[in-house]
Amino acid sequence: MNDILTAIDWSRAQFAMTAMYHWLFVPLTLGLGLVVAIMETIYARKKLNPSTPQSETEEWLDLTKFWMRLFGVNFAIGVATGIVLEFEFGTNWSNYSWFVGDIFGAPLAIEGIFAFFCESTFFAVMFFGWEKFSIRQHCAATWLTAFGASLSAWWILVANSWMQHPVGMDFDPAQMRNVMTSFVDVALSPTAVNKFFHVITSSWSLGACFVISVCGWYLLKGRHTQFAVKSIKVAGVVGLVGILGTMITGDSSAVQVTKDQPMKLAAMEGLYEGKQGADLVAFGILNPGKKWDNDQDAMLFEIKIPKGLSILGRHDPDAFIPGIKDIIEGRDMIDGQEINTVNYNERILRGRIAHKALRDYNQAREYKDSIGMDRATEKLARHYQFFGYGYLGKADEAIPPVAMTFYPFHIMVALGTWMLLFLIATVWIVFRRQEWTKYQIAGYPVYPWLAIITAPIAWVCSQCGWIVAELGRQPWAIQDIMPVQAAISSVGSGNVKLTFFIFLFLFTCLLLAEIGIMLKQIKNKK
Amino acid sequence: MAYSFLQEYWWFLISVLGALLVFLMFVQGGQSLLLQKDISERNRELLLDSIAHRWELTFTTLVTFGGAFFASFPLFYSTSFGGAYWVWMIILFTFIVQAVSYKYRSAEGNRLGRETYDKFLIANGIIAPLLLGGAVSTFFYGSDFTVQMDNLTRDPVTTGNVISTWGQYHGLEVLLNWRVVCFGLMVLFLTRIQALMWFVNRIDNDDIQKWSREQTVINTAVFLVLFLVSVYALLTATGLKTVDVHQFQIIRYRYLLNLIQMPAALVAFLAGTLLVLGGIIWTVLKTEFRNGIWLTGTGTVLVVLALFWIAGYNSTPYYPSYTDINSSLTIYNSSSSQFTLETMSYVSLAIPFVFAYIAWVWYKLVK
Repeated sequence: MNDILTAIDWSRAQFAMTAMYHWLFVPLTLGLGLVVAIMETIYARKKLNPSTPQSETEEWLDLTKFWMRLFGVNFAIGVATGIVLEFEFGTNWSNYSWFVGDIFGAPLAIEGIFAFFCESTFFAVMFFGWEKFSIRQHCAATWLTAFGASLSAWWILVANSWMQHPVGMDFDPAQMRNVMTSFVDVALSPTAVNKFFHVITSSWSLGACFVISVCGWYLLKGRHTQFAVKSIKVAGVVGLVGILGTMITGDSSAVQVTKDQPMKLAAMEGLYEGKQGADLVAFGILNPGKKWDNDQDAMLFEIKIPKGLSILGRHDPDAFIPGIKDIIEGRDMIDGQEINTVNYNERILRGRIAHKALRDYNQAREYKDSIGMDRATEKLARHYQFFGYGYLGKADEAIPPVAMTFYPFHIMVALGTWMLLFLIATVWIVFRRQEWTKYQIAGYPVYPWLAIITAPIAWVCSQCGWIVAELGRQPWAIQDIMPVQAAISSVGSGNVKLTFFIFLFLFTCLLLAEIGIMLKQIKNKK
Repeated sequence: MAYSFLQEYWWFLISVLGALLVFLMFVQGGQSLLLQKDISERNRELLLDSIAHRWELTFTTLVTFGGAFFASFPLFYSTSFGGAYWVWMIILFTFIVQAVSYKYRSAEGNRLGRETYDKFLIANGIIAPLLLGGAVSTFFYGSDFTVQMDNLTRDPVTTGNVISTWGQYHGLEVLLNWRVVCFGLMVLFLTRIQALMWFVNRIDNDDIQKWSREQTVINTAVFLVLFLVSVYALLTATGLKTVDVHQFQIIRYRYLLNLIQMPAALVAFLAGTLLVLGGIIWTVLKTEFRNGIWLTGTGTVLVVLALFWIAGYNSTPYYPSYTDINSSLTIYNSSSSQFTLETMSYVSLAIPFVFAYIAWVWYKLVK
């Protein structure tokens, strides 16, 4: 029993580590892909316009090829880490793979058939097809590579969103699994659509910040100034559109989380006791001694935005936002009317009834007792929405790690706000006040340094976003239906520990290699 | 569409993807040939260059193969991946390092040095075909697992039970099965022969042409021994026949009978074998003949298709369990629901268009 618990924890750690490494590379592929496609489009237009001076055309070709080289270095390692995630669903989460494979597998297969082939085929054209394809065809291939990467993100986010908010399925006791009933509901669920645009636009801003950061270094060194300014112009616009899109979709994401995953929202804000007109914590330090059922203060220190959380979660300054205690005890309030939701003790009870009903169904089926099967099916259907709670021992097992959700959320918001301000300033400076790029304080050029530090900020921000999304939904592998502890494979913890460290070693080596190659390419640019 | 038709259709698609994957693993075969010492540094680079821009296609086919298996036969995905843990993990490790090696090996600042990346390529070139081949052979020779669906209602933490349970070696026990090892080695040498055919087809260099043909003879000799032993082992193997959804009967010469009872599989197997041998012989004997890869490639695809068909069709469980034969997986008891298979079948109609643009792009690139 202890070994299984250890295996679960190490499997979670392995999946989280793989996902975090993967997410170092993917947003750069998504963002840089768009930047490169825009640059090549500008180049193609100039090339096809006979009145454009050749030097200008070549300048844009140089821009395109330089950023394309960095895109290529990053692309391969993103692919390498991606395949691990797909296979880990099977290797480490075999119960999960069967329980929801009927729904979850389809997006992965479609991703492979359409997105990966599109991406990998046109990637080859991007790099090796300059002499073999016309300018228009090559430019189309670059756009298709970027499109393929986004399409890939679409399907994987459909799969992820389904885990956060399962729709379009029913449980079939005869098959002992969930089966899809509506592909459209799964593929176009509002959660998936919103998450896709949130992720894509945030990746645009990350890719843009990377470009600006590299160019900041060139400005600092006084090298390739024109190249840097032109790159920043493209990246600045992409980044600004991206970060604005991220904020708009982030807002709708908060509304969805409030509705579908209230426990996650409460953890994001360290909110234990709900209230009408709930404040948003702008900055705060959690009280480590706080539990959902004790009377200690939730915060040691906090700066609040009045009614901010109600506005964020329900777009109403006076709306009630339930805290962790309210959710566990089954209280909420809609339009000023107190309503009772199902409290967690009852959920656990009903989850166990659902488990028992499923066992009864199997027993009745064994004895070919159709009346018993019908009775068990009916009982199971009544309680199935709480099936996952049947695996839990007590209510507080359903609370996500609050600190690990609260701090990343606030770091993400703070860094995202920095990115917004920086990108607004960048666009203003490169289009209106280019001389400001040389402005210095105490001998230090301000803009180049700010540009350089913004790239790591963008990465931390992006990683924090995923930490909030994934840790905030714990303990659920599939919201309310399957906790991670029930999703596991029958692999001993020693095996998983070993593979964890092998992956860690491999990914770290490859990351260092990628950084080394990129730095060389950047430093040696002619 | 009838449920059984959809299940058979998806097994057909899986077999097509599997067959294409084995053909495209000529990339791995080429990497394994980097171990050869009898070739100059410059020529080694030429060999690598010729396969360098093909790895993405092999890699993507592998990912799609995995994704399609997950989507269409999730119980196999759940059982095999979660159980034969080490087999899949080792395959994964080698594919991770392969994915970056072509790009990084000659890049400045790669930190690990070119030789390390070449070792990664060699490791992937040997291990991936060996283990993937071995994994496919367990479709005939079985694995050490049991499937107990009821375990879903028992908390793994308190009971220690999950749906699919494996023996303590998690797939590595197959390395002690000589038939599995022989099959894996056969696939490895087949990929090496394919790679040599590819070099003959792609590289205009007299030394490499000569070297490739010489190597083809050596590798074919080994391959033929392994092929004959594997075919003998397979056709004399005892297999299972489905009696009911989870009930099976042991049948002697199961796969030989399947070949006889499924003329399409028999024709594909024989035609494929002849094409592979014909492609090799023609390439070795006629120095001006350089299109052997298309003969051996087509032959490989046909033989692998036939193997998948005799593994999964004709009421045969494609993933037998030797621990508990009633846990064996068939295309009927391990598939996705009718709705999912039907939905994905409509999606699959676009596959020929995907192949068409891939073919067009590669035609333009290599022209």
